[in-house]
Amino acid sequence: MSILEVKNVGKRFGGLQALSEVNLSVKENSVHAIIGPNGAGKSTLLNCLVGKLIPDTGSVMFDGQSVLGRAPYEINQMGISRVFQTPEIFGDLTVLENMLIPCFAKRDGAFELNALASVQSQKDILEKAEHMLEEMNMADKRHMHAAAMSRGDKRRLEIGMCLSQEPRLLLLDEPTAGMARADTNNTIDLLKQISDERDITIAIIEHDMHVVFSLANRITVLAQGTPLVEDDPENIRGNPKVREAYLGESA
Amino acid sequence: MFNLSKKDLSLLILVAVLTLFAPFILNPFPAGSAMAQFNAGYPDLMQRFVIFGIFAIGFNILFGLTGYLSFGHAAFLGVGSYAAVWMFKLLSMNVIPAILLAVIVSGLFSLLIGFISLRRSGIYFSILTLAFAQMMFALAYSVLTPVTGGETGLQLALNDPRILGASQTPEGNIPVPGLFGLEMRDSADLVIGSWVFTFNVGYYFCALVLLASFYLSIRIFRSPFGMMLRAVKSNQQRMNYTGLNTRPYTLAAFVISGMYAGLAGGLMASMDPLAGAERMQWTASGEVVLMTILGGAGTLIGPVLGAGFIKYFENIFSKINDNVLHSWFSFLPDGLENAVVFIIHPFIGKGWHLTLGILFMLVVIFLPGGLVEGGQRIRGWLRSRKSKDNGSASHETNPAE
Repeated sequence: MSILEVKNVGKRFGGLQALSEVNLSVKENSVHAIIGPNGAGKSTLLNCLVGKLIPDTGSVMFDGQSVLGRAPYEINQMGISRVFQTPEIFGDLTVLENMLIPCFAKRDGAFELNALASVQSQKDILEKAEHMLEEMNMADKRHMHAAAMSRGDKRRLEIGMCLSQEPRLLLLDEPTAGMARADTNNTIDLLKQISDERDITIAIIEHDMHVVFSLANRITVLAQGTPLVEDDPENIRGNPKVREAYLGESA
Repeated sequence: MFNLSKKDLSLLILVAVLTLFAPFILNPFPAGSAMAQFNAGYPDLMQRFVIFGIFAIGFNILFGLTGYLSFGHAAFLGVGSYAAVWMFKLLSMNVIPAILLAVIVSGLFSLLIGFISLRRSGIYFSILTLAFAQMMFALAYSVLTPVTGGETGLQLALNDPRILGASQTPEGNIPVPGLFGLEMRDSADLVIGSWVFTFNVGYYFCALVLLASFYLSIRIFRSPFGMMLRAVKSNQQRMNYTGLNTRPYTLAAFVISGMYAGLAGGLMASMDPLAGAERMQWTASGEVVLMTILGGAGTLIGPVLGAGFIKYFENIFSKINDNVLHSWFSFLPDGLENAVVFIIHPFIGKGWHLTLGILFMLVVIFLPGGLVEGGQRIRGWLRSRKSKDNGSASHETNPAE
C-alpha cells in the first residue's frame, strides 16, 4: 500500500518548467530514493511535498489526505518530518532542549500556551527526550550548545528530533552532502537501523550513488523535471536511460 | 520554593533585597554633603526605576526571547496611562481598578497591532511597530483630544464623576490616588545622623508589583512556552517543520510584553495622575530598547539593571551644571579649571544623552551581553584570580607592591 501518492504534479517558475507530470508512489515502510542530475527538480518536488511550495497542477496525497494548501507545520503534524540538506537545528539551544521541542510539539500540537509550568516538571517529555538522545548516542552532549557540535552530530541530532515525533514518513534531502566518508557511512548505518527497527517510511533525495544503493529498495530517477524511470535498484543500475541522463548522450 | 530552581530563587531574592532596601542603597551620601547630588533615593526617581524596570522586563520577553525588535512599545505604555487616568476620572482613585484596566486595554491594543505587525519579521516588523506607535502618538496628540487631552495631556478635574469615590475632597481639592486609604504620595522619613532615608508608599507599591512581574517573567523563561520563544529566535524554519506554528507564539509574547508595558503605564499614572502623548513618542520606545540591550537582552535580571542604569544617569548627569563643575575643579588654576569645565560641559546637563550614547557604544562593543556579561566577566576574573592565589604563593595578593 502506498503512503504517498504524487499525481501529475507540475510547477513552473517564470519561464522554467521545473516539474511536469510527476507521478510518484511511495510504498509504506519502504526506503524510496529519488535521484537525478543537478536541476532535475528533486528539491522542488520535495518542497511541494512539505508545503513550502504549492504545485501549479496535480495532487499530493499523504495517507489518503491531500497536503496541498496546508502550511508546513500542518503537514508535519499529519506525520511527515523533514531532514534538511544543511542540518536545521536550534543552534542557540542545548542538545537536550533541541530534543524536547519536537516532543512538546508531538504532545501539545502546533501551539500551547504553557507559560507557567516549568520544563523540568514535564517528566514524560524529559524522559522521552533523554531516551531519544541515548538512542542517538548523544546523551553525553545533552548540555552542549547545538551549534558547537560537528556536522555529523548535528545531522544525527536532526534525525533524532524528527524521529521523536514518531513520523510515518521521513523525508531526507541529501543527508550526506558535504560529509566525510566515515560520517556518511555512520549516517547510512543509522538510517538502515531506523528503517529496520521502526514502522516508518523513508524517502530520500540523494546524489551519492553509494548511499542510494546501500539504502533504497525502490528508486525514482528524475530528469528535467519529469520521472524517467521508477524501478528496483538492481534494474536502475544497468538502465541505459539513467546512464544517459547522468552522463550525457555520448556515454 | 515558589517552584523555582535554586539559582532563580537567589536571583529573585537579590532583586527583592535591592528593591526593598533601595531607599538605603540609593542614598549612600549624607544630605548636604558635596556628594549628595549622586543620591537617587528620593521617591519620584525610585518609582521611575521600578516602573521602567517593569517595562523593560516585559519588553525582554518579546525581544530577548523571540528576537523580534519592537520599536513601538511606548505606545502600550501610553495607552495604559490614559486608561488608568480615565479610571481615576470615572470610577475611583483606587489604583487597583486603574491598573487592571491599563493592563487589559494595552493587551487589546497589542493584540491588534501584533496581529498585523507579526506578519513580517526582522526590520519590517520593527518598522511596522514604529509606524503604529507614531500613528497612535499623532492620534493622542491631536485627533483624539477629547479622549486624551491632546497637547496638555489628560488630567483630573474637580468635576470628574468618580462614581465610587468623591469628586473632590472636603477641602475642595482633587483627591489623590491611593490604595484603600493609603495615599500613594505618603512618605515617611528616617533620619540617621546626617542621612535622610525616605520611604514612600507609592514606591513600595511599585516595588511589590515589580517583584511579582519579575517572578512571572522567571516562570515564563523556564516554561515550555519560553523555550518555544527561544526556539523562534534560533530557527523558525525548524519550528515550522517540527509541527509548530510560530505565529501564535510570537503573538502571545507580543501581547504579554504589551501588557507589561500597560502595567508600567498604569503605575506611572497611579504615581502621578496625568497622562501625556509624549510618553508614546518613538524616543520613549527607543529608550526601552536601550535599557534591555544595555542590561543584557535575553537575561532575566538584565532589563532591570539596564532600566536602573539609564534612569540613574539620566537624572544624575542632567542635574550637574557648570556651577557644580566649577565647584568640583576649583582646586585647579583658573585657566585649567575653565578648560576642564569646557571639555566636560557637553556631556552634562542637557547633554547627558551624549554620555549615555558613549556608554551605550562601549557596552555594545565590549560587552555585547550587556551589564550582565560584565558581571559574569568580573566574577570569572575574580574566580580565576582566587584559584591562582590558592595555587601559588600569596605574593600576588598585593599587586601595588
